[in-house]
Amino acid sequence: MPDSPAIDPAAAHEIASHKHDRPLVSCVWDPLSRFVLFGSEDSAVHRLGIDGMGVAAFTGAHDSWVRALGFSPDGRCCFSGGYDGRLCQWTLDGEPAPPLRVIQAHDGWLRAIAVSPDGTKLATCGNDKLVKLWTITDGLVAETPTAIGTGHESHVYEVAWKPDGSNLASCDLKGNVKEWSPTGTLVRDVGKAEALWKYDEGFRADIGGARAIAFRADGAQLAVGGITAVTNAFAGVGHPGVSVLEWSDGKLATLLEPKEKQQGVCWGIAWHPQGIWVQVAGGGGGGWLRFFKAGEANELHAVKLPANGRALALSPDKSKVAVALADGHLKIFSLVPKPV
Amino acid sequence: MSSNANPACGSADHVLSRRALLGGMAAAAATGLVRRPALAKSVQGAGKRVLQIFLHGGVSQLETWDPKPGTATGGPFRAIPTSVPGLHISELLPHTALQMHRLGLIRSMTNASDDHGRGQREMFSGRNQPAPLDVPDLGAVVAKACMSDDFPLPGHILIRGSGGGPGNASYLGPRYAGVIMEDAKPPAFTDRPEGLSPEADRRRSGLRSRFNDRFAARRRTADTEAYTFSYGQALDLLDQRKVFDVSLESQRDQERYGKHEFGRHCLMARRLLEHGVSFVQVNHSNYDTHFENFDFHIEQLGEFDQPFATLVADLAARGLLEDTLVCVMSEFGRTPRINAGYGRDHWGKSWSVLLGGAGIQPGAVIGATSADGTEVIDRPVDHGHVFHTILQGVGVDSTADFHIGGSDFTIADPAKQPIREMLA
Repeated sequence: MPDSPAIDPAAAHEIASHKHDRPLVSCVWDPLSRFVLFGSEDSAVHRLGIDGMGVAAFTGAHDSWVRALGFSPDGRCCFSGGYDGRLCQWTLDGEPAPPLRVIQAHDGWLRAIAVSPDGTKLATCGNDKLVKLWTITDGLVAETPTAIGTGHESHVYEVAWKPDGSNLASCDLKGNVKEWSPTGTLVRDVGKAEALWKYDEGFRADIGGARAIAFRADGAQLAVGGITAVTNAFAGVGHPGVSVLEWSDGKLATLLEPKEKQQGVCWGIAWHPQGIWVQVAGGGGGGWLRFFKAGEANELHAVKLPANGRALALSPDKSKVAVALADGHLKIFSLVPKPV
Repeated sequence: MSSNANPACGSADHVLSRRALLGGMAAAAATGLVRRPALAKSVQGAGKRVLQIFLHGGVSQLETWDPKPGTATGGPFRAIPTSVPGLHISELLPHTALQMHRLGLIRSMTNASDDHGRGQREMFSGRNQPAPLDVPDLGAVVAKACMSDDFPLPGHILIRGSGGGPGNASYLGPRYAGVIMEDAKPPAFTDRPEGLSPEADRRRSGLRSRFNDRFAARRRTADTEAYTFSYGQALDLLDQRKVFDVSLESQRDQERYGKHEFGRHCLMARRLLEHGVSFVQVNHSNYDTHFENFDFHIEQLGEFDQPFATLVADLAARGLLEDTLVCVMSEFGRTPRINAGYGRDHWGKSWSVLLGGAGIQPGAVIGATSADGTEVIDRPVDHGHVFHTILQGVGVDSTADFHIGGSDFTIADPAKQPIREMLA
């Protein structure tokens, strides 16, 4: 992992922008910093080269939106997951090529994927209420899961590996967080991100769930992002919230909320080793990139985005952040002050 | 784009107090009955019934009956084949897909409405709104035309959890007003008061009857007739209370329909239709998905699909579908354009309605929309045409008049016609 240069959220500035013809729904940074991948409201995996911003579309595997993207830590293996329930593996070097693997992994939406820190395991989750574990051997994901985790009682929205690779966290529509072993055994019910779910009696529907998830680098806290303080589910009247839970006992450490309570949903959360949670959000209050100092409920700095933010990825050296926007833009911000 | 763009919705329809609504309806149902004038044969649909499933808030046509997968407007869901060769609907409706050979689709609904209250009134009344004359809802018209004089139950029943209109009977009179059943429970005020034994109740009614007869012998009026009838209907309802008890259905059926609210309501609808109720509306709420349209449609249609498909299959298996017209509708559709919050807004320009059963051509698909769903490109129709078509399906000449109190009232909008190719 490259060293992280010092960042200054107040100095965040846009350094690159690419416009796609459909709204974006996901993005991930290549561990070797060659490109950013993004998914959009189409069925392709899009590769955006960092040098020159050249783009290529990888098609023929998904027939729904690609919401989940992931890499092995060495950058060799690239995975995508779609609302068609499929898990696909790609080779991204050179011209677009057919996928190496197309697996019908979940019944209903596949919502998230997470590659273990050692690159040997892949976790997926979805609307079938399952968490599935897959092994990666010689750079290829197995065609069948090695374990299927049951226990969630609603759609599973997110999964994340602990930074030391020891175990796995998952969170569902109702904010329930579970811990799984690498062999797929349910270790414990960690707790509940209470602020991120409610049943709206007026509209008779659930609103909430984990739209973003990230561990702190030391694994001591888990951040789960979504929408909180909802007063009108079907109009999305609520504001972006991130429940930072103590991993040891699942208790709420901090609820991150925007100072000005702008409406929206947290669609991306990442930990910066300088002790900062980086969040992207979008909704009625517009799109925002926010920076929260660990332990503080309100942001220390916010950058207004030109459209709703829908996903976020930190660069491998943590000096840049890519944001996927609802207007089709993939924007890259440098978090390092401009040279004087 | 909706004119009511920040909804869910702040419209008058959504802020109306349910208590006020229910109170008004219970009063309307209990306060009287006008003498039922003889109906011309052309407006009689005796023995026929209508089941209306109203997906309150405006279900998305793209996530149901007119999917456009792979387009910019299509959303993330795929289309699946149905029991009608060549016909595809959204993958969110796998159970309904297997019943499509019994049903038909109108994919070319178009009207100017993108307001909840207006759209609902238009779909219920079949008339452009605002209308110059207060007109009865479909349920009242069907009850008037199809219910026999001596039918002991209300002919116009609305089963709902929340949302929906009051079941307006207008000039047809309160006998045809909608009687609301909340949460699959019997209509309000049909419980015999605690402490009043059946025998005491019978004697009390007898006494009231004798007073009433004595009074009527000297001062009989339409009002006294109406009061007399309403007492009679209330007693009939008490006798028929078991009709409304869905727990009397088998455990297996309760499981087949699902134990959630909409499942119970569909099973109740089957029960009422089996007992000959002319018009049953089941309201499923809510589809006003300006935000997270796709997640909410997974949840809502996940509730809708199996009970609805089970109900259609059961009506067919029991021989009731021939005489029961089924319709599934909303006040409007939803925008093809997906907004920045993954939502869809109000859209009356190009959307869909499902019809089936009595008098409807099975497997029919009427009209079409453009590749991205933003325009009707074939056979535009609206609420007025649908209103005519439903009535014609149950054998009522929708172009005829009701003769009420010496006046003629056109049953349906004379400027519109039935969709002939939808009719069997």
